[in-house]
Amino acid sequence: MDRKTARDVYRVMRRIRGFEERSATLFGENKIWGTIHSYAGEEAIAAGVCANLRDDDWITSTHRGHGHCIAKGADLGKMFAELLGRETGYCRGRGGSMHIADTSKGNLGANGIVGGGIPIATGAALTAKQLGTDQVAVSFFGDGAANQGTFHESLNLAAIWKLPAVYVCENNQYAESLPVKRAFAVDDIAVRAAGYGMPGLRIDGRDVRAVYDAAREAIARARAGNGPTLLVADSYRHEGHYYGDPRKYQSKDEIEGWRKRFDPLTDARAWIVDEGIASAADLDAIDREVADEIDRAVAWADAGPLASPIALPGDVYAGD
Amino acid sequence: MQATEARAPAAAREMFYSEALGDALRLEMARDERVIVIGEDIAEHGGAFQVTAGLLERFGPTRIRQTPISEIGIVGAAVGAALTGLRPVVELMYVDFAGLAMDQIVNQAAQNRFMFGGQARVPMVLRTQGGSGRGNAAQHSKSLEAWFAHVAGLKVVMPSTPGDAKGLLTAAIRDDNPVIFLEHKLLYRTKGPVPEGEHLVPLGKADVKRAGRDLVIVTWSREVLFALEAAERLARDEIEAEVVDARTLVPLDKETILASVRKTHRVLVLHEAVKRGGYGAEIAAMIAEEAFDDLDAPPRRLAGLETPIPYAQHLERSVVPQVDDIVRAAKELVA
Repeated sequence: MDRKTARDVYRVMRRIRGFEERSATLFGENKIWGTIHSYAGEEAIAAGVCANLRDDDWITSTHRGHGHCIAKGADLGKMFAELLGRETGYCRGRGGSMHIADTSKGNLGANGIVGGGIPIATGAALTAKQLGTDQVAVSFFGDGAANQGTFHESLNLAAIWKLPAVYVCENNQYAESLPVKRAFAVDDIAVRAAGYGMPGLRIDGRDVRAVYDAAREAIARARAGNGPTLLVADSYRHEGHYYGDPRKYQSKDEIEGWRKRFDPLTDARAWIVDEGIASAADLDAIDREVADEIDRAVAWADAGPLASPIALPGDVYAGD
Repeated sequence: MQATEARAPAAAREMFYSEALGDALRLEMARDERVIVIGEDIAEHGGAFQVTAGLLERFGPTRIRQTPISEIGIVGAAVGAALTGLRPVVELMYVDFAGLAMDQIVNQAAQNRFMFGGQARVPMVLRTQGGSGRGNAAQHSKSLEAWFAHVAGLKVVMPSTPGDAKGLLTAAIRDDNPVIFLEHKLLYRTKGPVPEGEHLVPLGKADVKRAGRDLVIVTWSREVLFALEAAERLARDEIEAEVVDARTLVPLDKETILASVRKTHRVLVLHEAVKRGGYGAEIAAMIAEEAFDDLDAPPRRLAGLETPIPYAQHLERSVVPQVDDIVRAAKELVA
């Protein structure tokens, strides 16, 4: 990873963390309705993968999708506006946290259905192949989704058709409350790739450099027409499944220990400073800039009009 | 099918329903390279009901994309392809297999536009077939149009004649929304006049297949043929039944149906699907809400029994409306 990319991915990770922290505050203040699933702790995956993507490449995201959306280049103001139910939100208040898409940047959408985005990314990759473009589709999904039928059917289709797809499994250790050890009889989910005839790689999802390097190779492989790859990134979500999750399935020791051990932002700061890519003061400046950006984004979102009433049939059907 | 024949333009050719569908696919694929067909057994085999016969030779294996048996993978890939610039036509071999793909149909294809605030379109067609009458028993014979009609974001089409099949499929492929296109397994080998070349039947337009003054039978798919046969028999007893083929259930052509109700004052809503929760209830309720004062009798439904489709031929026939049943119901209604 070159020096500029290192600073860029640090900023992206900080934006994601900052977005999640502010979302938690707004949720606590009852300004956000519904449910929020925090991506805090998993920032290195979205940032490291998306740093290798172009605006015209596609991603599909998950219910824990803020990080993917931000890493793919979304505007924070429009994201906050969506969470606040405003007309100025990405989805005009129709979608909310679990259904943010930003098609202008190739984000085909978060998904409330575990595993729902995997076949959709596969179809996007089919479009690239069919139309002869060199676009790539990346599907982000969790360890829980790796046990859905869509995972099996999609990876097989992509492999037999040699589609330009990259499957990124974010193993954050829990499918809602079920620990991975009780959901898989294998320790390494990436071994499943062999069953589809595609490369599979397990990577440290805390280390943005490791994610970046693995994604770079997989995306280049896809773009060159050499077919799909499965990446499995070991990670840990700092929050519960959703804000307000009592986390009865985890011990306090585990949560505190893992949070400290598993923080991609702390790690990134350490090596960026160690390697002389930026000073601590430089990184502090980035942190302040991001904090200001978030303040401005929330203020802009809050000033937006409430989402307009549902208009039928146009909201539901195109061209009517 | 007399009425359709009378209206068909000179450049029409007798075709099987399956050929008419294949003709629409061939013309649309030639017209627009973004149109692809994706599904099981659609290549060398030509599709379980021979609709795609000959298309592999013409368009090659990338546009006639045969898949493994992976229903949710196929439908989901079509959703993703539609979102990113293709216009996929899925062939799902039996509507009974829709359960395997239902998440992608309902939570993804249907809701995408709404959920994401109109950012994207999902121009895809899911062609499948349903219905009983071939001894295929419970898991290959259902009529499930009500499932799809209930979901906001889908259009639902059910052609009864070869000409309509071609025209409606063409319109469905050109539509920017996910369209559930429900064929009937016993219609594939029926013949009728089909306009040559480009032929469009707009979605949302019902068709009066036979004019009559004493009652209107509102129906779709294979029951249209039964209704026309019943109408012939009723005519011998001087009962003139109008037959309205709804053709598309979503959007529904209320005006044509209501005009027939206002003319005949008696309505029989007829379908093969199970009566309970069937789409006939929607139509009967719509008529009661909008034309109650025009009715001389309560709207009546004749539909499938609340049972899975049985295997044995006589049992199979006993659970879905047959011509005799329609004649009887119509006579009771006008009595």
